[in-house]
Amino acid sequence: MTDLIERETAAVPPAPVRAAGPRSHYKGEAFARRLRARHAAERRFRRAGAAAVAVAALMLVLLIGSIAARGASAFWETRIRLEVALDPAEVASGNYTAPLRRALHAQFPQVTDRAGRRVLNDLLSSGAPYELEAMVARDPAMVGTVRTVWVRADDEIDQLAKGHYRRDLPEGERGLSDAKVAAADALAAAGALAQGFNTTLFTAGDSREPEQAGMGGAIVGSLLTLLVTMLLSVPVGIAAAVYLEEFAPKNRWTGLIEVNINNLAAVPSIIFGLLGLAVFLGFFGLPRSAPLVGGLVMALMTLPVIIIAARAALRAVPPSIRDAALAIGASPLQTVLHHVLPLALPGILTGTIIGMARALGETAPLLMIGMVAFIVDIPHGLTDSATVLPVQIYMWADSPERAFTERTSAAILVLLGFLVLLNGVAVILRRIFERRW
Amino acid sequence: MSIRSQLKLRPRADQRPAAPVAAKMVARGVRVSYGAKPALKGIDLDIQENRVLALIGPSGCGKSTFLRCLNRMNDTIEGCRVEGRITLDGEDVYGRTIDPVQLRARVGMVFQKPNPFPKSIYDNVAYGPRIHGLASGRDELDEVVQTSLKRAGLWAEVRERLREPGTSLSGGQQQRLCIARAIAVSPEVILMDEPCSALDPIATAHIEELIDELRANYTIVIVTHNMQQAARVSQRTAFFHLGEMVECDDTEEIFTNPRDERTQGYITGRYG
Ligand SMILES: Nc1ncnc2c1ncn2[C@@H]1O[C@H](COP(=O)(O)OP(=O)(O)OP(=O)(O)O)[C@@H](O)[C@H]1O
Ligand SMILES: [Mg+2]
Repeated sequence: MTDLIERETAAVPPAPVRAAGPRSHYKGEAFARRLRARHAAERRFRRAGAAAVAVAALMLVLLIGSIAARGASAFWETRIRLEVALDPAEVASGNYTAPLRRALHAQFPQVTDRAGRRVLNDLLSSGAPYELEAMVARDPAMVGTVRTVWVRADDEIDQLAKGHYRRDLPEGERGLSDAKVAAADALAAAGALAQGFNTTLFTAGDSREPEQAGMGGAIVGSLLTLLVTMLLSVPVGIAAAVYLEEFAPKNRWTGLIEVNINNLAAVPSIIFGLLGLAVFLGFFGLPRSAPLVGGLVMALMTLPVIIIAARAALRAVPPSIRDAALAIGASPLQTVLHHVLPLALPGILTGTIIGMARALGETAPLLMIGMVAFIVDIPHGLTDSATVLPVQIYMWADSPERAFTERTSAAILVLLGFLVLLNGVAVILRRIFERRW
Repeated sequence: MSIRSQLKLRPRADQRPAAPVAAKMVARGVRVSYGAKPALKGIDLDIQENRVLALIGPSGCGKSTFLRCLNRMNDTIEGCRVEGRITLDGEDVYGRTIDPVQLRARVGMVFQKPNPFPKSIYDNVAYGPRIHGLASGRDELDEVVQTSLKRAGLWAEVRERLREPGTSLSGGQQQRLCIARAIAVSPEVILMDEPCSALDPIATAHIEELIDELRANYTIVIVTHNMQQAARVSQRTAFFHLGEMVECDDTEEIFTNPRDERTQGYITGRYG
């Protein structure tokens, strides 16, 4: 016999077995005590976990609740009713301010002095003449007649109507003159003040006047930036992940690349902004404040996130699937495209959308490439000057006017809405792709 | 007590030592190491055409490793180095003239653990013929799928549910699906790595019958831990031990009259 057989047959002495039955170890008092302690530990752990979830949920509700409470009123705007007589001569010279002021003054016949009239003039938004001009453009028959029109009120009146000024404070501390309060109250009493949905908030670009400021430009800027980010980072990220995970040899170089990708994912985003400033603006001379450059910077920033997520998803595909495909003669590329990638797709999509959501909410790198500028026009192309939602929030939060406070919160709500939408899309896509298997 | 009676060996005409048969695959001096760790230490083995060769041996002795050399599945393992010469019909498997993709189409494999694709039963079988262009048109493909499933003895069970996922089948059905998938591409050699280790006796008997039938058209290499199974299905048996091929002979010879005492020890259940 060989030594091996000797080794194999040299049996280990059997371990002493405790007698079963009434004297069993598992029926004694000591074991029962241990068991109780184990169950108690589990109960404690579960309670701690449930408490943690409750605290997290509470924080979230508080956060969103407070933002919603502060921002909800921004979705309404205050309008003033005026009986406007449109003089053809004034219309011809483009003077839409005079008819509005005449109509307003007519509602306050007792006010005749210049100071009092100036107070009245300030009740109207400085954008009201443009509104009137737009109305006339839509309906030229208005000229030469007297029409009832609703025009936007000044942001102070808007805030007063929404109850954001404290009437009980003395004039100096309130920040709004008694004369304006009285005039607004008179209009309200006459039924000439009303609130309507604030479409301006979504359609207009930024403005110095809160009542004319909207996040339309920022929304379009965000979408354009995100489009560039997605078009660049998704294909490149997935292709890089597939190559590294499925084809690249595992050697020192790929190890180095892996470490660097992980490090890149942890690099503060402002560094990417500095890089974009130096490379895209400085070296390639691309335009400042453009969604194209913003998207390029964001693509650099999200690439490592997508690559890491995609590699994790690819690694989670059982190797037996690859073996199965290879063993019937599928080429490595067919194996990846037909079997591995479809199985990894839900995970890749989740990672991609997390990266996109991060890009959508990112501010710092865009500050470096000039997307923080005050931009009134809505961008129409990738090289137009633009800003994005989070930067818009940042700029509005910095503005002193009271009306910008609620607009800031409203913009945050809209941004959160977009993020929820993105995550919803991720969930739906996951469902679709998982159902196929 | 003779080993033959222990193993309930069914004497069969074709299991008698027969005239030498043409070797389909030939391995000479095959050495494999995983990193620095040697797994096979020079294997010389002939795989004869239209015969079933059983590989037996204790766990970890390198049976799967050898099997994976034959269709170059070891290529996919990082750090695995294969030396020596393996030929298929006289052509060097590791040479320039054979593409691994072509080789794996000619040398199919069934794995120890059933691994159907997470696709429909139909697509599992149809995938191979599709990528190799074996069937032109739907009808022909349907035909290939049906014959393959029939040959694997699965048709009756799945004919009504071809659109359901292959993963919804039971373990034994999945293994037969994998066999159907392997034979659908009409390989010349089929490698089976413990195909019955997860199966009940009925499914096992079924697959053994299948192997016996397939032998007419294919060359089969099967790894098994079940001595009775090796004795029942194979014409030749090779005994592996610690990375070496100890003995290879006609199955009856190995089980009745082993030359090496390690072989004798193993098949009589003294170790392994
Ligand atoms: N992927 C791998 N990486 C490193 N070592 C491996 C790998 N696969 C197998 N080995 C080693 O090679 C040796 C042979 O393994 P192999 O899988 O061929 O054994 P086997 O005979 O098929 O065993 P079993 O009967 O248990 O399946 C073992 O020592 C094993 O540890
Ligand atoms: Mg094995």
